[in-house]
Amino acid sequence: MIEIRSLYKSFRDKQVLRGVDLTIENGESITIIGQSGCGKSVLLKHLVGLLQPESGAVIVDGRNITTAKRKELYDIRKRFGVLFQGAALFDSMTVEENVSLALRTHTNQETEKIAQRVEECLTLVSMNGTQKLKPAELSGGMKKRVGLARAIAMQPSYILYDEPTTGLDPITADSINDLIIHLNHELNVTTVVVTHDMVSAYKISNRIVMLHKGQIIFSGTPEETQHTTIDIVHRFVTGQADEQPYVITRY
Amino acid sequence: MTTPFSSILLGLAQEFGRRTLSFLIELSRVTQLMRRVFVEIDGVVKDRGLFIKECVTLGVNSLPLVLLVGIFTGAVTGWQSHYQLEGYMPFDLIGPGVWKSLMLELGPALTGLVIAGRVSASIAAEIGTMKVTEQVDALESMAISSVRYLAVPRIAAMTVMMPILVIQSVTIGVLGAAFVLTALMGMTSHQFWGLIPNFFHLYDIFAGLLKSVFFGLSASIIGCYIGFRTEGGAEGVGAATITAFVWSCITILVLDFLLAMILF
Repeated sequence: MIEIRSLYKSFRDKQVLRGVDLTIENGESITIIGQSGCGKSVLLKHLVGLLQPESGAVIVDGRNITTAKRKELYDIRKRFGVLFQGAALFDSMTVEENVSLALRTHTNQETEKIAQRVEECLTLVSMNGTQKLKPAELSGGMKKRVGLARAIAMQPSYILYDEPTTGLDPITADSINDLIIHLNHELNVTTVVVTHDMVSAYKISNRIVMLHKGQIIFSGTPEETQHTTIDIVHRFVTGQADEQPYVITRY
Repeated sequence: MTTPFSSILLGLAQEFGRRTLSFLIELSRVTQLMRRVFVEIDGVVKDRGLFIKECVTLGVNSLPLVLLVGIFTGAVTGWQSHYQLEGYMPFDLIGPGVWKSLMLELGPALTGLVIAGRVSASIAAEIGTMKVTEQVDALESMAISSVRYLAVPRIAAMTVMMPILVIQSVTIGVLGAAFVLTALMGMTSHQFWGLIPNFFHLYDIFAGLLKSVFFGLSASIIGCYIGFRTEGGAEGVGAATITAFVWSCITILVLDFLLAMILF
């Protein structure tokens, strides 16, 4: 279980998170939605301790990672798999080396066993056979799949997805959504997705929360989200802009 | 009442204070990085594959450039020594003079500056690109220390390879000077080499190599530090590359002076 308590974070003069409170139960598939730049990715990075808050706590399985020492923090991070927005594959490594990096670093498994695990992970994301390719030889969707294979290599309890469908065509995006659902069932993990793609959010989550102006302003099932009467949430999920008068300037 | 002159002075004082504070903050962060590198230095043994790879990439691959700089530096030093000493001192002293100049100053300093241009900037660009494309975050999220994985092998490799590069640079430099002076300036081989053994002191080699260790260490630490704090996409990476080069050069020149005061 992940508990986020009164999380505050700012960058220079910009206050991004203003007291976020959120509890993520084990086995949940939760999606955090919100406008671009509202701090969704910042919140996600706090869950693995990649960012340090000004105040507040992130408690993972009873351990506060904001105050944890480096070694303890690394122990907690081993329970996470993260798929970054651009997949963040290591350019200098092949697909196989990317997926096996954590296994080679943290386990004493033999080369054959590691290769076998890499094959398993790549098969799960339908990318088996690409072991020898470099990230530059992969398309955007393929990179995300390989990034996902890398994220699940250490059999994590939590998988975090940062904008998993951003920049992909609708069909590839849908295949990534199916993959997230498949992995959630297959691996029995807790899934946290950050996105502003509502098609994806409805399809993959059993709970949707909305981050607005640095705070969680809504939490509900996909159905509740679709029928919400909260104006700001309703406008976001239906894709309606603020009713602001636009000034057209003639040049 | 404030006059325009006093407000300009106040502005300058504020700017000076702001820059000094910013410099001290950066310095403390570099020190923190150095501390973490020393704490995680056992990574060199555990991940020796990475260390060897960096020795080849940063050290061996720099050899052609270092040798080129070395041979021309030696040749110019020989040529100009001949010009400057003609009529004042016996030519027999040119050989020891060239050897000492190269070993104590020109070899370590020029190799250091070449390395600052080639290696420090390339480390900053490589780590900076990884930073802005979230590859550094990806490493950390996999519970792999980015300092141990990215900085330790590079810094250790440069610290080890730099003295080796300097030895090669000085050797080729002395040979370059010998060639110019004997083939083009009419000196005999005996005139050039004859007195070198008399002026050969092990302390000179120690001092030159100690300098090179510090230069390699500082250039690589600066490259890593600036790489890790890179922000803002391609523009940020470009800026990081230039910053790493400039600060490495400045640090090498300042260290060169400080070490000269301590060692001689």
